[in-house]
Amino acid sequence: MEGLISALFVFVLASFAGFEIINKVPPTLHTPLMSGSNAISGISLIGALLVASSTENLTLATILGFIAVIAATVNVVGGFLVTDRMLEMFKKKEG
Amino acid sequence: MAEFLPSGIQLAYLTAVGLFILGLKRMSSPATARQGNILGAVGMLLAVGATLLDQHILNYTYLAVGLAIGSALGVWIAYGVAMTDMPQMVGFLNGLGGLASSLVAVGEYWRLTHSGTDIPIVVGISILLSVLIGNVTFTGSMVAFAKLQGILPGTPIKFVGQQWVNGALLVGFVLGSGWLLFQPDLWIFLTINLIALVVGILLVVPIGGGDMPVVISLLNSFSGLAGSAAGFVVMNNILIVAGALVGASGLILTQIMCKAMNRSLLNVLFSGFGSVTAEGAATEQSQGTVRQIDAEEAAMIMGYARSVVIVPGYGMAVAQAQHAVRELAEALEKLGVDVKYAIHPVAGRMPGHMNVLLAEANVPYSQLYDMEDINPQFPYVDVALVIGANDVVNPSARTAKDSPIYGMPILEVDRAKHTIVIKRGMNKGFAGVENELFFKERTMMLFGNAKETVMALTNALKELQG
Repeated sequence: MEGLISALFVFVLASFAGFEIINKVPPTLHTPLMSGSNAISGISLIGALLVASSTENLTLATILGFIAVIAATVNVVGGFLVTDRMLEMFKKKEG
Repeated sequence: MAEFLPSGIQLAYLTAVGLFILGLKRMSSPATARQGNILGAVGMLLAVGATLLDQHILNYTYLAVGLAIGSALGVWIAYGVAMTDMPQMVGFLNGLGGLASSLVAVGEYWRLTHSGTDIPIVVGISILLSVLIGNVTFTGSMVAFAKLQGILPGTPIKFVGQQWVNGALLVGFVLGSGWLLFQPDLWIFLTINLIALVVGILLVVPIGGGDMPVVISLLNSFSGLAGSAAGFVVMNNILIVAGALVGASGLILTQIMCKAMNRSLLNVLFSGFGSVTAEGAATEQSQGTVRQIDAEEAAMIMGYARSVVIVPGYGMAVAQAQHAVRELAEALEKLGVDVKYAIHPVAGRMPGHMNVLLAEANVPYSQLYDMEDINPQFPYVDVALVIGANDVVNPSARTAKDSPIYGMPILEVDRAKHTIVIKRGMNKGFAGVENELFFKERTMMLFGNAKETVMALTNALKELQG
């Protein structure tokens, strides 16, 4: 129970931090912000890694975990790269 | 050593969280955004690396294979996608994030029930929440993807009693969840999963293309919350924090998008905008005559103007006309015309859609203007050139109280000295309302595909230069 309470603390504080950090993003950056934060939401990859390797032999849990690892990795890698591709275009005309 | 490892991993997570926060912070300014994204990626790499050192990891083979397949697919998608397809790309990736979160919860549920231990009620609730949010994000995003990709029709799909079905599904989910907390049962668990998947589909199916910016932002927020919920399942702070950050950012974008349409989130989700407008349209016919011109005439008007403001919309994205538009702007500038772009916050299918396309075509940002900045300038503008935008320039949003878009802030192109509208035909916009702009005295219609028409304009302008 204590673990849950401190996890809730972390969740609430992180949400407030998120609101503060992201407020006032100019419209030009809305798409990159969305795809970049989308890549961060692929953080469930960490959970997927833990579930996929929770036993040595193949079980339903590890199979589901394995699929989750693939899905989350596509989310993370695709998300960061495509955001970088976009931001590169934004940058090149400044010079 | 073995004792230090767990706290080492936690410290690595803490650093990763710091990097996410710094990264997101830097994403809010064009000058530092790219660096911010890289910081986020480094944080993710650090978190994954630290996790692999965890002693609970008993089998590396599957992880290596999964990471390799996922990375290869990720690289392939990221470099293969066209910028015009960015909304569906974001939707698709979002869906995968939701799927992963939900699978983590399902896998954990299966592992716990099969290890013979009781599932603590707190973990049970976390699992159920994770399944609900994750699955809704997954199917919702995939429907959004299918609509944007043209696999499903972009118009709202509604059926009688939809609200009742949704309500019944939610009641079923809550009842089943309550049962599961006291009596684990695989079949009920699977049924609940199925219900959540169907809810995701039903949530997005009735939403039309023009409301996609709101839906995509909301699903983005959900994917973060799904990650957080998965964090509660495996009791891992980094998932909770990163998920909460994304949840907050998605919610902020959702709010901005709703405000730009002057509608509430509930209205967007449940009104099926654009599906019930038959009567409204019937009363608004015969508003006068439409003045049609050809590319040469339009080029004459623009070539001799002092200032031209280009207003791009979804039509420009569909026709992939962004490069042609830039060339047009350059041709105008050669003739000494001052060119600006006016961007409505919900133009296109996702927040910032037009900005990305114009950036791809190398349009300098200094020429892009937000709605609030450009609107006061329209009375002094010689020509407003509307390319494939409709509802966001419809003056009835200001005047017609019975119009579904009444009160939505618009780009006031009708206040410019001349308005030229490039459009394929007289079709209505997404909201299904007649646009009185087209019938105004100072408005000229230039019918045709956005790309071809813009190219014709550019050629005509080049002839003016002689």
